[in-house]
Parts: sequence; structure tokens; C-alpha cells
Amino acid sequence: MKLSSEKELEDLRNEIISGRDPNKLCIAVCGGTGCHAGGCSNVAQEIRTELDSKNLADKVDIRITGCHGFCERGPIVIVYPEGIFYQKVIPRDIKEIIASTIENGKIIDRLLYHDPVSGEKKIRVEDITFYQKQNRLILENNTRVDPAQIKDYLAINGYSALAKVLGKMTPEIVIDMVKSSGLRGRGGGGFPTGRKWESTRIAEGDVKYVICNADEGDPGAFMDRSILEGNPHSVLEGMIIGAYAIGSNEGHIYVRNEYPLAVSNISTAIKQAREFGILGDDILGSGFGFDVKVNRGGGAFVCGESTALMASLEGKPGEPRAKYIHTSEKGLWDKPSNLNNVETWANVPMIINKGSKWYSGIGTESSKGTKVFSLVGKINNTGLVEVSMGMTLREIIFDIGGGIPGGKSFKAVQTGGPSGGCIPESLIDMAVDYDRLMEAGSMMGSGGMIVMDEETCMVDLAKYFTNFLQEESCGKCVPCREGLRRMGDILKDITEGKGSMEDILLIEDLAGMLKDASLCGLGMTASNPVMSTLKYFKDEYLAHIIDHRCPAGVCRELITYGIDADNCTGCGMCKKNCPPGAISGERKETHVLDTGKCIKCGICYDVCKFKAVRKE
Amino acid sequence: MTIDESRLDSIIDEYNGEQGSLISILQDIQAQYQYLPREAMDYVAMRLKIPRVQVFGVATFFKAFSLKPKGKQRIHVCMGTACHVRGSKMVLEELERKLGIKAGDTTLDNEYTLETVNCLGACALGPVVVKNEEYRGQMTPIKVGSLLDTKKP
Repeated sequence: MKLSSEKELEDLRNEIISGRDPNKLCIAVCGGTGCHAGGCSNVAQEIRTELDSKNLADKVDIRITGCHGFCERGPIVIVYPEGIFYQKVIPRDIKEIIASTIENGKIIDRLLYHDPVSGEKKIRVEDITFYQKQNRLILENNTRVDPAQIKDYLAINGYSALAKVLGKMTPEIVIDMVKSSGLRGRGGGGFPTGRKWESTRIAEGDVKYVICNADEGDPGAFMDRSILEGNPHSVLEGMIIGAYAIGSNEGHIYVRNEYPLAVSNISTAIKQAREFGILGDDILGSGFGFDVKVNRGGGAFVCGESTALMASLEGKPGEPRAKYIHTSEKGLWDKPSNLNNVETWANVPMIINKGSKWYSGIGTESSKGTKVFSLVGKINNTGLVEVSMGMTLREIIFDIGGGIPGGKSFKAVQTGGPSGGCIPESLIDMAVDYDRLMEAGSMMGSGGMIVMDEETCMVDLAKYFTNFLQEESCGKCVPCREGLRRMGDILKDITEGKGSMEDILLIEDLAGMLKDASLCGLGMTASNPVMSTLKYFKDEYLAHIIDHRCPAGVCRELITYGIDADNCTGCGMCKKNCPPGAISGERKETHVLDTGKCIKCGICYDVCKFKAVRKE
Repeated sequence: MTIDESRLDSIIDEYNGEQGSLISILQDIQAQYQYLPREAMDYVAMRLKIPRVQVFGVATFFKAFSLKPKGKQRIHVCMGTACHVRGSKMVLEELERKLGIKAGDTTLDNEYTLETVNCLGACALGPVVVKNEEYRGQMTPIKVGSLLDTKKP
């Protein structure tokens, strides 16, 4: 069905909405990656089977949605219209859900979320503290649509912003609107989106490209994937609006091949949009034509950098080039190109629909709107959270994230991925926006937020990121290729107790060189993890260098394991599991660990139920 | 090895033989063979009319490609930051010890290939190990034994 005018789109929308009964029972199953890994597809299958066997298939809808964000509690099942939130659902629970909740309207206590602080049962999504403090402008729709159904997106007012733009707005007005909304790039740099569009619009050339960067290589960040998986049409709508404003007829989406579900959902969305006349020639009868191609990435972190990504789109190794020529003038195939990341594109329809004034009313002076963060690491409520810019780290980590598990204490939070830095506890009341994070020596990045507790060694973490970047460095420029290697060597020495005080000066030297002389953003920001940990956790570096001690008990060369005779019950668990056979002892007698044979794998420490294994 | 040129042709034709689709073409070939046979790379270069060195350059640049055949079963250990702070390194080392190979290698009997991946986005389950597409969360060095068939080293 090709729609050829705004009116036809609205008619179809009304038809879809009027054909749907808002009071009909619907079981929504989260099909995001976290829940998927937790086995949600078996849950969904079980629901179908059970509904069929009870002849309820006509009376109850089932909807497989995108990520709901609360990955810690997955697989998540929500029963509408009441919105009853069931967590950690397994296939065995389905019979009971259908018999009690669907057929008799009874709520199943044991599947509800119990607030760990108050102990209260929470029945609905909006009652749960994890969701209460969020401002889910983008993620909310993930729960309302089946990403494989364009009609679901139309039913929630989808593509109305596009119709408005094509029918009533000139490209200049669109650009002005995005400019005055204050939207900044969500991929890391934070460049004002409207200004980027404008410079591509005025660049000379008939052929221009619009690109969506979905090469989310930042380890520990998965918000772009969740948007692309859960609500792909919102990204497409943003891209089509952008293409109209810029004057482009061809777009590319560069998505990680490690995200098969995202690849499949966006491909389906594109196919459906073409069928409905929303992509292709003469979109909604406006005369404007635009189409999109999906390109799968090859698993290189550096391809998140715009020029490397474009090289990769041309079928070449993903090596960046110097930026003295802007991609807005010469980008993909040397044509003017505009690249934004997934989350940025997904913000656009909302700005058009609700206005730039509304949008710029959210957030801080310099950072408008909301930001999606992936809150991971040593945190109780792992998941995706979307908050207004300017919320403090404390609110995000403790109120939404529920604090640190196991009664341990908070040490630091790492933002911005390998290009970002660590923020210590002393800055926990900092408001999160682009500029405050920069001032603290970190950055927004794509929105990874990795929480660390007292058992995380900051020198080891700096080494982790440096090794990661060294491996991912494309090798084109010497400062990054060689500088990171040396930086990694120095950090390795320090974590092995072979460091010296001069090493710290050398690190600072190398960091300055990397920042000044690297070709692209990867190298320029590569020293952030090291410099920020050195700034806030210098005492830990000194403990490794001077005392040959790792305070967090992580760096293997600096710790020894031993068995505490007072606590050892002689249960034999450690002896049984020790890979090199370094533990000896008779049953029910104190065991002994031979430090000469010990490979410090940590298994005995993990298996001992009596806290008899010491790490020092 | 001999390769089936008609299979390669159908992959290449799907992308209209475009040079810009080199990465996608190689991905599809790898999906068929589980690695990139040298003969297949030569054939792609010929069909796309690009130097072989460009195909080889792309195939070795991107982590997704392998020039070596893989084992029957594939184990991926996630080394993303969230998994790292929760101890994925110890999990990887235990797997290396149990299988007698290093990450990136295949056991001599071609049964297992052990690989690392930078982030799977299943951080809530960290440390995550994926065995033949099946996710196993909250892994510890002790639990990895259950991933392997008992008869294996």
C-alpha cells in the first residue's frame, strides 16, 4: 500500500487506531538483547502455545517489543491494559500467568518486583523507582511497539513529523528548528546537530549523503542497539527529515554486525517503509525522494570515527583521515556527507512534533533534551536509563541504579568508554551534561556508564582501556600506534610492581603527545582513562609503585593467596577445584596452599564458602 | 581448497558487484565457510575488479574476518568493560587452561574455537560467555567446566 499524501497517511493511522481496542488484553514480552540472552524467546513461545491450547489467541494479543531497559530483571513480561510488570519470567511461569492474571485478573505476587529498599511490592511499571526518576522520551516507545510492525509505529503517531516537514516546512525552517532546539550529537563529540546539517546543506554538490552511525563499539554501551532494535522507524523518520533538510537522496546505516537483531529489525523497517511510500521516490506524494541502505560493520572500534566509517562504507580498511577537509564538504565518495548517531536521529521527530521550545526546556544551559545511559558494572539495577540532562551522578547511580551490590562501597564511575575517564566519589553530586563531564576529565561519549566498587583496581582499569585502544588502533599514525603500545607497557610494569616514579612523568609526556599529534579522535582522547585515574587515584598508582601493593586486590603479581586456619573447615572444595593442584590437606583438616605452585587464578577464593581463603 | 564459484557469484550478484559492498560480500562468504578461504578472496578481487591486496587488506583489518578455519563449536568470551570489572579475564584464562589453547585458536581436534568479543551488550548478565549462539550469564571460572563436553581436555 503506497501512501501518496499526508491525508492518506492520517486516514490509515485513524483506521489502525480505531481498529484497535485499547482495553484488549495484551501480553508484551521484552525482546531486547538482555532478555533475549535470558531466554525470552522461549517465554514468548510458551505464551503462544498456552494461548492456543486455551483458545484465547483471539482475545489476547502478544507483542514482542524492544528493550524495556530494566535488563537486570529480565526476561520482562507486561500484561496490558493494566500494565502489570512481571520480572525474571521463565517458561514455567506462563501457565500460571495465563490462568491467574489473564483469565481471572489475579496478580501473581512472586513475579512482581519487590523494592530492595522498602521491601514493597510494585505492581506497575510507573511504581518502580528504577523508572520513576527517568524521563523516557525515546525509550518509552520501545515498550509500545513491535519493531517489526510499521502499523504499531503509525499507531503511536509515527511519521507524523515527517508528514509535517514535507507538507508545511522548508528545509531552512527544519534546520532552524533543530538549531534552536539545542540538540547536540549523541555519539560522543556533542557537536550541534543543526549546525552540522546546515553546513552540509550549503556545501556545493548535487549528490549528498546522510549517514547513521550505529557502529556502537564502545564496550559497555548498548543504547544505540536498543533503539535500533526496539524502534527502528523512529531512526528512519529522523534520517528522512534530515535528508530533506540537507538535500540528500541517499542514506546509509552503518551497524555493527555483532548486533544481528538490530540489523534484521532495521532492514525490516526499511522494507516496510518502502512499501508504504515512506522511503523511495516521491515520499508521501511530496516529490522528495530518499532511500537508505544498511551496511554491516566489520568489528573495528575505530569505525565509529566518522572518516574511518566512511572509508569502510567505500569498501576500504577503516582508516581515518585528517579533518582539515570537513566531511560536510567531502565525505563519503568525496561528496558532502552528514553523519549522526542513532540516538541523535531518534530525537529529531520529537523535536519537529513538539517544537524546539519544548525540547530546549529540558536539560541544562548547554545540553538539551535527555540522554540514554547504559548503567552497568558493579550496580544493582543494570540496564538502560534515560534521564534529563543535568541529573546528578548520585541520582542516576543510587536512586535509579539502586546502588552497589553486596554492601560494597562506591569508588568511581567511568563514562564515555575508552575515550572517557573515571569520575571519583568526591564528584558524585556533579550534574551530568557535556560540559561538566569534560571539565571532570571525562566525556559524554555515547553514554556508557560503568560503575566500580572498592574491588576495582584503577591502574588495572587504565591498563584495560589502553590495551583495548592499542588493539583497536588502526595503525595509520605513529603517535597512536606506538604511543599506546608504550603506554600499555608502562602500565603493565606498574601493575606488576616493576614501576618507578619516573614512569608517571613518562605517562604524562606520552599522554600530551597522543593528544596533540594523533590523527583522529581515537588517539586524541586515548589517554583520558589513564590521566583521569592518575588525577583522582594517584595514591593507587603510588601503592603499586612504592609499596608493591594492589589495594583492590586485583593485580595478580602483587597479591598472594593463603588459607586461614581459623576459618578453614577442611571441606575440600578449594583442593578439588584448584587447577595446578597447589592445595593439599586431609578432609576436615586445615588445608594448605603452596604459593610456589599457585597460579593465582582466584578459583579457591571464589569457591570457599567459609571466607577461609585470604587475598593480600 | 576448491571453492564453489556459483555460490560466490550469487553472493556477489546480490550486491550488484559493487566495490563499496566488499565488506558485506566478505561477511556473507564467511557466513557460508566460517572463514575466508584464500581462493574465495582471489575470486572476489577478480569479480569486483579490485587488487587482491585491497581484499586482503580489508579481510585482515576487520576483527570480524578470519583467514583460518574455525572449530565445530565456538565459544566467545565477552571482554567488555562491564564484564571486565566483574572478572571476565579469569573466566577466559580458565577456558584457555581447560581447552589447552589461547584465545583466537582452535583445538587440535577442530572441536572448539575460543574467541573474545569486545561487548555483546548483555551487561546485566556479565561476565557473559556465548557458546554456539547460546548465552550463559554470570560466569565464573568454576562454571566454565559445564560449558565443555566432559570428555574434552
